[in-house]
Amino acid sequence: MAKVLMKGNEALAESAMRAGCRFFSGYPITPQSEILEYMSWRMPEYNGECIQTESEVAGINMLFGAAAAGARALTTSSGPGFSLKQEGISYLAADDIPAVIVDVMRIGSGLGDVFQGQGDYWQLTRGGGHGDYRTVVFAPAGVQENADIAYAAFDVAEKYRHPVIIASDAAIGQMAEAVELPERKEHDIGTGGWELKSRKNGEEQRHIVNVYYHMGADRYPTFLLDKYRRMTAEQQRWECLRTADAEIILVAYGISSRVCKQAVKDGRAEGLKLGLIRPITLWPFPSRAFEKSGPQVKGFLSVEMNILGQMTDDIILATGGRYPVKYYGEFANVPDAGVCVERAEAFLREIRGKI
Amino acid sequence: MTLRKPCTIKDVHTGWCQGCGHGIVVRCIAEAAEQLGVSDRIVAVMDVACGAFIESTVTYNYLGAAHGRPIIAAAGVKRVLKDDVVIAHAGDGSAYAIGIESTIHAALRNENILALVVNNCVFGMTGGQMSPTSIIGQRTTSSPSGRSAVRDGSPFDVVKTLRHFDIAYLSRGSVDSPQEVERTQSMIKKALQKQLDKEGFCLVEVLSPCPTNWGTTPLNSLKKLREEIKPLFPVGEYIDKGGQPV
Amino acid sequence: MTELIIAGFGGQGVSVAGFILAEAAMGLGWTVTWFPSYGAEMRGGTANSHVKIADGEIASPYVTKPDYLIILNETSLDKFEKRLKPGGMLVINTSLVRTGRGYRKDIKFARLPATEIAIGFNNAKGANIAMLGAFCAVSRIFEPEYLRNAVDSHFAGKGKHNPKNALCFNAGFESGMVIYEHMQTAEA
Repeated sequence: MAKVLMKGNEALAESAMRAGCRFFSGYPITPQSEILEYMSWRMPEYNGECIQTESEVAGINMLFGAAAAGARALTTSSGPGFSLKQEGISYLAADDIPAVIVDVMRIGSGLGDVFQGQGDYWQLTRGGGHGDYRTVVFAPAGVQENADIAYAAFDVAEKYRHPVIIASDAAIGQMAEAVELPERKEHDIGTGGWELKSRKNGEEQRHIVNVYYHMGADRYPTFLLDKYRRMTAEQQRWECLRTADAEIILVAYGISSRVCKQAVKDGRAEGLKLGLIRPITLWPFPSRAFEKSGPQVKGFLSVEMNILGQMTDDIILATGGRYPVKYYGEFANVPDAGVCVERAEAFLREIRGKI
Repeated sequence: MTLRKPCTIKDVHTGWCQGCGHGIVVRCIAEAAEQLGVSDRIVAVMDVACGAFIESTVTYNYLGAAHGRPIIAAAGVKRVLKDDVVIAHAGDGSAYAIGIESTIHAALRNENILALVVNNCVFGMTGGQMSPTSIIGQRTTSSPSGRSAVRDGSPFDVVKTLRHFDIAYLSRGSVDSPQEVERTQSMIKKALQKQLDKEGFCLVEVLSPCPTNWGTTPLNSLKKLREEIKPLFPVGEYIDKGGQPV
Repeated sequence: MTELIIAGFGGQGVSVAGFILAEAAMGLGWTVTWFPSYGAEMRGGTANSHVKIADGEIASPYVTKPDYLIILNETSLDKFEKRLKPGGMLVINTSLVRTGRGYRKDIKFARLPATEIAIGFNNAKGANIAMLGAFCAVSRIFEPEYLRNAVDSHFAGKGKHNPKNALCFNAGFESGMVIYEHMQTAEA
């Protein structure tokens, strides 16, 4: 299929529909609104439902109903609106209902601003809503990957009967790149054997509620632990670049990781042995990528678009605290490859000074 | 005349207090569905709180929504299961307090569902706190000196709010007498028929006693319902479009 | 790698002009990124789009030091002129810049009255297309026929084919060619 030039947000929307998504509920917020706009004209062509709801709370709860009925359902937002969706995400997780939710990240707490950010990392990877759950979180690094992940996310959600989150950001959502879109497929609702539908004579009654109500406090913990064990084991995804002999390994996802690829190239041209680990899943965090780190590694430098260096916690956990970990955080701007190299160089000098 | 249990009602003890109106409402739904021949097409979306005890008493399939979200979740269900008969069960706290934006916008979009709101003027399950429909002077655990219009605002009347909306059906029934129960059942039946005819959003509010949280006996709660509540929230049909499919 | 910024006020079509360039470059097999300004301002505010064209991977879609600036009004000139690489090319719509305004001394220019050209063809919204024509002439990245067709097929794809766009493009291209030939002579 020929490549087309598409915005990240639009490629995600189109790809989700090609994956069989036939229900979308959303609310306008920059930098995510193109998904809603694209869905509003395109979804009817797929004979699906696109609803601009009264709020993000309504959006996620309407999706809750549609997804419970077995539709491949999507809702999308950014920062402030994504916070409003947490209620519904917690219910999806508690009730074992698969669905896909997108956070096109912007910067800051509260209203923040519309520029690209990666400040929702903690919220995304620690559950976000109330209770005892986490979700698989994908972090695409470009328009093609945005499309590919949107296409695959529904399968992952259904495999575990669990919500899946795609964390892109304003840069990936707004930019256009060449993309090869996947083939259109249909999702047959009701084939999972659990979905909400009317009960015909002789059928078992189905009630979709908190799984704990079905299982009771004795069986539920085992069930839940097993589900998370499987997701952790099966869903870690990452990309490594020149880590085999790297002394400083940059860790970055999304748009920041692309800048880091440039930094690895530039740094090596100057004789600085840089590598990159790019998490493609933020949860489960790709710990396995870190286990392979050789003895030549001196430290890890996280490169993120936030002020507090949110991903460093996970790098420290993944490396068992055996390496120094620092971060370079940008606010409102995409990190700069030159600055990445400078920070890595200074970090290496500092580590050597201590030895 | 033979009294017979509708096919979607289970033979079980329920969680409701003595004198509660919820059970009567469930029976009305079951009878209405049976009369229309759609008992095997019902899909219900429940709220939490007292209404959720419906779960143990019915044989049809249902989804448990978050508090205040059964109407919006039911709208999502109906967009997917277009041939099923979708009913959202809510209380006054759910539909008029935490879920009011979705009640109004489901009506604006004329979502083709039945929103059934059991109004007992109080938050029942959480222990009897003031709700949007608590009447002036009503003592609750969060308005111990009685609801004050100045401090708490006037009671919410769904008819005043939705009366001029372009929806299929809006009515209010009650369960304080056999005649009223009969009338309420026919309202629900009419609303379900409208859904089958794809006319759009139907909201049936049912006034129901809550002797426990009104601090009185079942018998007195019916008297209170008749004498103090019905005059404020008159029963009747307010919108009956009887018109075109959406 | 070629990096450029197209800027003007909202409504002048700077986003679509950048998108067309990126689309055209993609059609020739190059890697491209296009990034629009977005946010609070709509019509009348400042708008811009960033385009990168490369042989291989592109890291960030943001252009910090452009090789080319395509500027449609003076506010955008004030904002972006300092970012242009030394020796870089400024394509400027003189219709919306004060006469007598000074420019950086270490850059090249292509000046054309794009708004007047567009109005002359009774196609007031075609100034961006005239600018693309001039850019085509001075940058030599695209064959003029190819880029003109890219403009037409972009709008045709949206059901907005407008034959006057080709006229604006050609007029812009001719203005650009005069400058280009002059530059060649000067270098020789």
